Amino acid sequence: MAYDYEKSIRPGKLPHIWCPGCGHGIVMKGLIRAMDACNLDRAKTSIVSGIGCASRLPGYMDACTLHTAHGRAAAFATGVKLANPEMTVIVCGGDGDGTAIGGNHFIHACRRNIDMTYVIMNNYIYGMTGGQFSPCTPTGHKASTTPYGNPDPIFDISKLAIGAGATFVARTTAFHATQIDKLIAEGIKHKGMAVIEVLDDCPTTYGRRNKFRSVVDMMKRLKDIAVPVQAAAKMTAEQLEGKVLTGVLYKEDKPEYCEMYQKVIERAQGAKS
Amino acid sequence: MAKKVALMQGNEACAHGAVYAGCNFFGGYPITPSTEVAEVLANELPKVGGKFIQMEDEIGAMAAVIGAALTGAKALTATSGPGVSLKQELIGYACIAETPCVIVNVMRGGPSTGMPTGPGQSDVMQARWGTHGDHAAIALVPASCQEIFSETVRAFNLAEKFRMPVQVLFDEIVGHMRERVEFPEPGELEVIDRAPVTVSPAEYKPYDASKGDVPPLAAFGSGYKFHVTGLNKAADGFPTTKAELVDAEERRQISKVMDRADEIEKNEEYQTQDAEVVIWAYGSTARSARYAVNELRKAGVKAGLFRPLTLWPFPEKRTAALAQQAKAIVVAEMNLGQMIYEVERVAKGACNVAGVFRVDGEPINPGQIMDKVKEVL
Repeated sequence: MAYDYEKSIRPGKLPHIWCPGCGHGIVMKGLIRAMDACNLDRAKTSIVSGIGCASRLPGYMDACTLHTAHGRAAAFATGVKLANPEMTVIVCGGDGDGTAIGGNHFIHACRRNIDMTYVIMNNYIYGMTGGQFSPCTPTGHKASTTPYGNPDPIFDISKLAIGAGATFVARTTAFHATQIDKLIAEGIKHKGMAVIEVLDDCPTTYGRRNKFRSVVDMMKRLKDIAVPVQAAAKMTAEQLEGKVLTGVLYKEDKPEYCEMYQKVIERAQGAKS
Repeated sequence: MAKKVALMQGNEACAHGAVYAGCNFFGGYPITPSTEVAEVLANELPKVGGKFIQMEDEIGAMAAVIGAALTGAKALTATSGPGVSLKQELIGYACIAETPCVIVNVMRGGPSTGMPTGPGQSDVMQARWGTHGDHAAIALVPASCQEIFSETVRAFNLAEKFRMPVQVLFDEIVGHMRERVEFPEPGELEVIDRAPVTVSPAEYKPYDASKGDVPPLAAFGSGYKFHVTGLNKAADGFPTTKAELVDAEERRQISKVMDRADEIEKNEEYQTQDAEVVIWAYGSTARSARYAVNELRKAGVKAGLFRPLTLWPFPEKRTAALAQQAKAIVVAEMNLGQMIYEVERVAKGACNVAGVFRVDGEPINPGQIMDKVKEVL
């Protein structure tokens, strides 16, 4: 029997706004499977986003959903989680929202190692506003604001998250649909800041300008560039040129922020430290 | 048992007032001259099981406050002029998403960085019109340390009652002035908690105004699943662009405040009964104005003081009545003229309106006010 996604979707909220060929729907289905795998109580789950195509995701989900201002999802989510650590907090959004305008909140949520799962859908572009370049648009590629090719170097989101202190960092692509739920579920189960980067595609505002003739071409590229982290260990630098590592890239056990703060409360209330 | 009494700064009184009101979440970012509010709450909140977080920036602080408030927390941030400017987008978010929270602005001078340790009253229009779009605003302007305590409590009450952000503005002088503060006993000051949700999770709509213009807000994590967004939305919280729904929501969010402005309004009047000249002043400036009234009365001038504690909604009725009664209103404020425009707006030419302004980091002194009063009479 086909997987019942509808039970997790708010009645009457579909069809979604995403363009045909966009990978966000694949990620949303992955998130639903991950939430089911973790047996989450949706009334105690908050899904938080900022602004952009990917940030519309929470609206479809049957949970405590919070669609905030551009770039601020991680900061709103920090307030939700710290005020009520019983909540499972999942943040989702795009690359521009998370690493440009929201870059500061993103790195500091990683630094705090607060217990949330940040699913960042990296489609290399600002889709909703019409295809302006983001910090993840490949150098030299075209966007509506880089008509002669993008001069900016890019962020490697996963490396950024590891460097900033996230204690679970994983990457996959919209092509690798069956890996998405497994990594998100692992992130949800991880106590601390989990970042799951999903390389995604935007055929409408990125693919069209960058000579991807079809969605299939874009998906094929995602398939071709992905190298599982285990396989990469046996590959040479030349073989890895232009490739992207996928799978669990980093995992560490470190004190989680809300637990640390609970100790502050105990100290303030006179418990022996 | 004698009441707890302490000599403390206005900023410290603000923090203690917040705890009295039931504040259990503070999200902030350090900025002079507001820092003592954060420092005291970092100390006090964990003692009562509350949470204090110093965020990475002003915007993050406001975001965390709104996130916490949506879980049912009574949440506060404290900042100063430039910090409030940074928070403005999210203050607007709290308005449209109808999220109760309190923003304390210890006002300093100047646009931009200005004078970080100098006083100002130049954010009074920022409190009204700072964020984008049409919205109502509630802003309180205490003038003493004791009053900062009680007005901070009132700010939380108004935030919960009207389900919206409320700002408390005090200038650096009152923020850093040390005065005797008497701690009220529990129950002595009214503390209003969030209205409970009376419908089942299945029936709950976060913006359903069919039973009143302030729909109850459920807490995330309490069994209610709902959607919150900064977009214009329908009663169920989901975005809509339907003209009639957008229009009705925008108007309700303004009228819920303006229709009940009388409940929010709070003023103090001193010697206004027979006043021929009324000094209209707030915050620390009102303290100089009160001194000026006494001196003027001794000199035979029928002077009075009108001191708003609620700056927004603007005290229209009393200001208009005083304009009818007096020959002149002298507005004294530590800026180059902001609230004077509101006074002129409601006076409608019924009396002379003159201003005493100062932006050099020094307080307005009684002599300046007296000189202006003599000039206009």
